[in-house]
Amino acid sequence: MKKLAIALLASSLALTACSAKADETDEATGCAASKSPVSLTFTSWIPKIEEVVKVWNDKHPNVQVKVQTGPNGNGGTYQNFFNQLKAGNAPDLGQIEYDALPSFRVQDGLTNLADCKPVADAKDQFVDWTWNQVTFGEQNSVYGVPQDAGPMALFYRKDLFAKAGIPVPTTWEEYAAAAVKVKAAGGYITNFSQSDINQFAGLAWQAGGRWFGNDGSKWTVNLQDEATTKVANYWQDLITKKLVSAVPPWTTEWDNAYNKGQAWTWVSAVWGANSIASGAPDTSGKWAVAPMPQWTSGGKVAGNWGGSSTAVFKGSKHPYEAAEFAIWLNTSQEALTLLNQGANLYPATKAGATLPALSKGVDFYGGQKIYDVFAEASTQVTPDFTWGPTMTSTYATASDGFKAAVSGSGTLLDALKKAQTSTIENLKSQSIPVAE
Amino acid sequence: MRAKTAAMAVMGICTFYFLVPIWWLFVGATKSRGDFSNSAPLWFADFHLGQNLSELFHYRDGVFLRWLGNSVVYTGGAALLGTLLAAMCGYALAKYRFPGRELLFTVVLGGVLVPATALALPLFLIFSRLEATDTFWSVFLPSLVNPFGVYLARIYATASVPDELLEAARLDGSGEVRTFFTVSSKLMFPALVTIFLFHFVAVWNNFLLPLIMLGNERLFPVTLGLYSWNTQVNQLPELRMLVLTGALVSIVPLVVAFLLLQRFWRSGLGSGAVK
Repeated sequence: MKKLAIALLASSLALTACSAKADETDEATGCAASKSPVSLTFTSWIPKIEEVVKVWNDKHPNVQVKVQTGPNGNGGTYQNFFNQLKAGNAPDLGQIEYDALPSFRVQDGLTNLADCKPVADAKDQFVDWTWNQVTFGEQNSVYGVPQDAGPMALFYRKDLFAKAGIPVPTTWEEYAAAAVKVKAAGGYITNFSQSDINQFAGLAWQAGGRWFGNDGSKWTVNLQDEATTKVANYWQDLITKKLVSAVPPWTTEWDNAYNKGQAWTWVSAVWGANSIASGAPDTSGKWAVAPMPQWTSGGKVAGNWGGSSTAVFKGSKHPYEAAEFAIWLNTSQEALTLLNQGANLYPATKAGATLPALSKGVDFYGGQKIYDVFAEASTQVTPDFTWGPTMTSTYATASDGFKAAVSGSGTLLDALKKAQTSTIENLKSQSIPVAE
Repeated sequence: MRAKTAAMAVMGICTFYFLVPIWWLFVGATKSRGDFSNSAPLWFADFHLGQNLSELFHYRDGVFLRWLGNSVVYTGGAALLGTLLAAMCGYALAKYRFPGRELLFTVVLGGVLVPATALALPLFLIFSRLEATDTFWSVFLPSLVNPFGVYLARIYATASVPDELLEAARLDGSGEVRTFFTVSSKLMFPALVTIFLFHFVAVWNNFLLPLIMLGNERLFPVTLGLYSWNTQVNQLPELRMLVLTGALVSIVPLVVAFLLLQRFWRSGLGSGAVK
């Protein structure tokens, strides 16, 4: 399915690239409020999103939003967006994860909301790095409204660490040392995610790796910069010494490894709290959350894993109302609370960290106020990480290489090197300019 | 005797191989979420099937039942109408002589070779132009087409509907349409059942077309619905049991269709041999 999706993606990207020129005239319409009632369509795969939208619809009789749904972005919805953009019937708004946003930008599929007053006014409410994800660090461009974020921290088995007398690692050096002791105690410190490259991206992000850059005319691709190489070598070492397990992520086996105490930590994003709680129910009360291990002792840098935005597609006739809705969806306490309850979304706004649901102790984590750790991590994510325009294929190549590395053929660094080459080829084949 | 034992052993192994996934699915669907990741995958833990089913049917206002209904309508409707169209077309190609007959048949044969996957995107663009995407018809209409069915119907009609019989019917004053429905279709019945079954399975499993066409959850067939839940398992792990139970429920109509129809199918295939 994945390969097919990529093939389709590639072919329709080529198609959209040809037809993109025709839409350029729409640019000048600006962002003004409509005088007559407006109806908008919004595609999102967030569970229970329609309940949140219903609240908006009840309060805004003149701006009615209709929800469309489907599988998650990479599961087919992004491909549908591209098809719909090509056919000229894209929805007004769509959910797009940060790592996919540049590909829509490159294909000219998004409306620039910089001139929309609701967006400009709300800018300061968002955590800086999330805002950077939707502006691509450029002036006068806002290609979406940040929705949720995935600041990372260290989930660990408090009980096992205490019993084995191992201090909770605060640096990566201590983490590697702890890995040896954990192995001696009969477990694995963690499970290395062999197929989900996003976790590795989060780790590289923390270390200061910058995979993509765009100077306005050309893309630079560097999947093996100094920081990323450091991270890759670090994990390669743990893999070679068999100090980490390599169960495929998001499987029952994987849940089971956590449930049975075979894996002691997980460096994951805020939404991981729910993954553990529901995947490893037997370990309730035994987990705790600490800041992510650091590369330098006393450092305070976090990575990010996941997060999405609400974007307005090119061709929307009502960018003003669409922007208004997107801002409401992602800043109002009411909507954020519902999104958090329904889909465990962690808000991208500064005020979101103070939601009542996020300031309570969590029973599964022994009553610890775990979200305080993530709220702090969120402020420690460095802002200038940029995603490339062909992440799906980059992930696919890297993931193939990672799987090979885990099974003993090749290394993580080889995988990244291959991913870099194929990414550059892919960009070139789509006539996206690359600097080498 | 020994050959028979060996054959039985091979059959046994194959049956086992094919049935294990279904067994796993069935066992999995009877477990609670905690037991599912903890207990032996091929044997029962606490029996939770009832709760799982009730949760499945109540989740989001029973949208799963709606999906199941949609699938039955898309599939049953498309298979019935599609079989009828294929049968009429194949019969016409077999029994009438007209210019361009072979060319038409070649085109139909060519159609067999074009995978449905390759057609999905052009179809989407066509339906977009007609502003008919995200409707029942955008999935139903393309599903009616079945070139392989036309091929089967033509081959079978050539072999099993004697020209003499048609002439006799004509002499008795029966019109062509009436002859087709009262005489020919009965002779072609075993082939029609085969076409129906093939078509039924193909449409039931057609996933890409609804994925591309539909955005309204209420119109999803069960395959797309379960798939979209499955892609959300990372976010909402509790969906995993629903996907599993849903998958089990969703194969029931297929099993029922096969059990009901295999009788006709088998008797048809055999009847030619004893003549």
